[in-house]
Amino acid sequence: MKVSIFSTCLVDLMFPGVGRSMVEVLERLGCETDFPASQVCCGQPTYNSGYLEESKQAMINMMVAFEQSDYVVGPSGSCVAMFHESPHIFKGDPTWELKAIALKNKSFEFTQFIVRVLGITDVGARLQGRAAYHRSCHMSRLLGETETPFLLLDRVDGLELAPLANADNCCGFGGTFSVKMPDISQQMADEKSACVVDTGADYLISADMGCLMNIGGRLSRTRQEIKVMHIAEVLNCAADPVKGGTTS
Amino acid sequence: MSLKTDNRAFGARTADGIGDAFMRGAVGSAQDSLKTRRLTAATALGDWEAWRELGQQIRQHTLANLDYYLEQMADNVERRGGHVFFARTKEEASGYILGVVKSKQARKIVKSKSMVTEEIEMNRVLLEAGCEVIESDLGEYILQEDDWDPPSHIVAPALHKNREQIRDVFAAKLNYEGDETPEHLARFARTVLREKFLEAEIGITGCNFAVANLGAINLVTNEGNGDLTAALPPTHIAVMGMERIVPTLEEMEVLDNLLCRSAVGQKLTSYITVMGPREEGDTDGPEEFHLVIVDNGRSDILASEFHEALQCIRCGACLNVCPVYRHIGGHAYGSIYPGPIGAVITPLLGGYDDYKELPYASSLCGACTDVCPVKIPLHQQLVLHRQNIVSQGRTGSVDRIQMKAVGKVLSSPALFAGTLRLANPMSTLLSKHGRIVRGPAPLSGWIGSRDLPQPVKKRDGFRDWYPHREGGGHS
Repeated sequence: MKVSIFSTCLVDLMFPGVGRSMVEVLERLGCETDFPASQVCCGQPTYNSGYLEESKQAMINMMVAFEQSDYVVGPSGSCVAMFHESPHIFKGDPTWELKAIALKNKSFEFTQFIVRVLGITDVGARLQGRAAYHRSCHMSRLLGETETPFLLLDRVDGLELAPLANADNCCGFGGTFSVKMPDISQQMADEKSACVVDTGADYLISADMGCLMNIGGRLSRTRQEIKVMHIAEVLNCAADPVKGGTTS
Repeated sequence: MSLKTDNRAFGARTADGIGDAFMRGAVGSAQDSLKTRRLTAATALGDWEAWRELGQQIRQHTLANLDYYLEQMADNVERRGGHVFFARTKEEASGYILGVVKSKQARKIVKSKSMVTEEIEMNRVLLEAGCEVIESDLGEYILQEDDWDPPSHIVAPALHKNREQIRDVFAAKLNYEGDETPEHLARFARTVLREKFLEAEIGITGCNFAVANLGAINLVTNEGNGDLTAALPPTHIAVMGMERIVPTLEEMEVLDNLLCRSAVGQKLTSYITVMGPREEGDTDGPEEFHLVIVDNGRSDILASEFHEALQCIRCGACLNVCPVYRHIGGHAYGSIYPGPIGAVITPLLGGYDDYKELPYASSLCGACTDVCPVKIPLHQQLVLHRQNIVSQGRTGSVDRIQMKAVGKVLSSPALFAGTLRLANPMSTLLSKHGRIVRGPAPLSGWIGSRDLPQPVKKRDGFRDWYPHREGGGHS
């Protein structure tokens, strides 16, 4: 199966280990990958800030970059959800609406692709310890995917999932919200961090680096010893169980 | 009270909210318990999503044919001997009500909870005319006795107060000598209010839904005060936003189900009443009935891209799940309509000059959109507001320059790749031990409370690793 990697700007800028893990897992599962180098960012930072025209060109760049792809897979429910929003944004546009629909139909979040397209739930990963999983709002509400991370984590050898209180409350990231309304965002991150700490988990796992950067940034600032891992890094803990965790 | 509840800037209001530990505790535990109760009540109905669809269809159909149903409603009220007044503005609405009060030479007025009467500043107008106006909803009564403290929630107006604070208000203002037990407080208020109901010359209520084919109004309450307000005084004035209408009892039943379950997690509230002008053979009810239908900007909303906001049935479910409301509380919105729906409709009713921050007071997590029983795309409407604020040039110049620059970078793959390469060297001066430690706004907003990794060097980046990795790849 041919898969185009959608790296996302946070992975490009700060978390290369997440991108590496995603590629390694997909290739281990038999996918052939490519990386269309003309990809940019999904356009969400400007779109959510109200800069519509500035965002449209980014979205068009993405439609062009992935035009030849069979499947587009990214390590972020939020960024992939932006692809799913774009047909609505380009509604009525004679050139781009159909291309936006085409991109939407072939785009999957990483865990979603493994479970729903490849039909795999056990990737042969192993990680010893107790983990809290943060479900990102955009992945669960906008993309509508609530199951696949749990199906995969259930099959990670040695990993115990701890129930997280108020799991469906936002962590306070919200992209530009976190810097435009930093005081409110901090309160939300604090409550989320406290819920994570209360689980007694060794690891905090999510499928969105934005949320992890936010909760992780607060955990690290308050000197909490919880290792923050993207789910791709967890699923890549196969050959070497102490590997991963480049994000904390 | 008017739409605006606080003249201070958004930042000051928010800081107050964040600093109010009690209020946050109260809001947090109310949200947590309502979440379970709402979910249980919604699940019990079976196929909640289909009910939401139906609710949305009913609201959209009614709004698309609003002129027809309003005319039908008015005809039926008048046929039954009631009076109908269409108010274009809040001044016309409260002016008409004052006119009725004066024509009756009335002084004593009792009212039930109604957000639209707050919006039209009715209490202020009546108080200035020398009337006594008593709020009979327990929450509103507490706020009134506390020198008209503004409501902080559209269903539970005194959500921000605890029982000790309420006891203190009653002790200071009403010589209450009991303790802070809720039953004792409620019994005390009930005794005071019962007299007010019996004395009142005019009763003023809101209207959950007007039932067009009957010329009747539907009230949904738990305390029963709405029914006493409507039935005991000789004159009943009902005030409704012009969008709060259903064709028949059949649609009312669907919406009441959605409303009660979403608002308080009950199958039905204690009192669900359909009433209107008193007719021959009726054993009780007011001698005179007035219906005031308020536009006050709603026609403009109906004609705009925000028309779906008028589907709102004021259940407050979006407030009850909103993580921002949870931490700043209702007063921080500076409007009688707080929370996500408030952040959508307040700028529409009150303008961007006063309320342009509200659409940004959301992480766009979508919890509001998910829970809305009539499927208003609330988080998308907040983005629409942001688009308007940007296109009207109302954002700060720093924001504009920064976002336009980001837009430029995203518009060109070469610029984007170049920026990725430059991010590490450009951030070196701001960084220490692999973390960004200083920087201008908006960066400062982040690093004030959270660690932030420095962007990686080009040679460590994903894009450099990919083509050179073991096994190679296509790039």
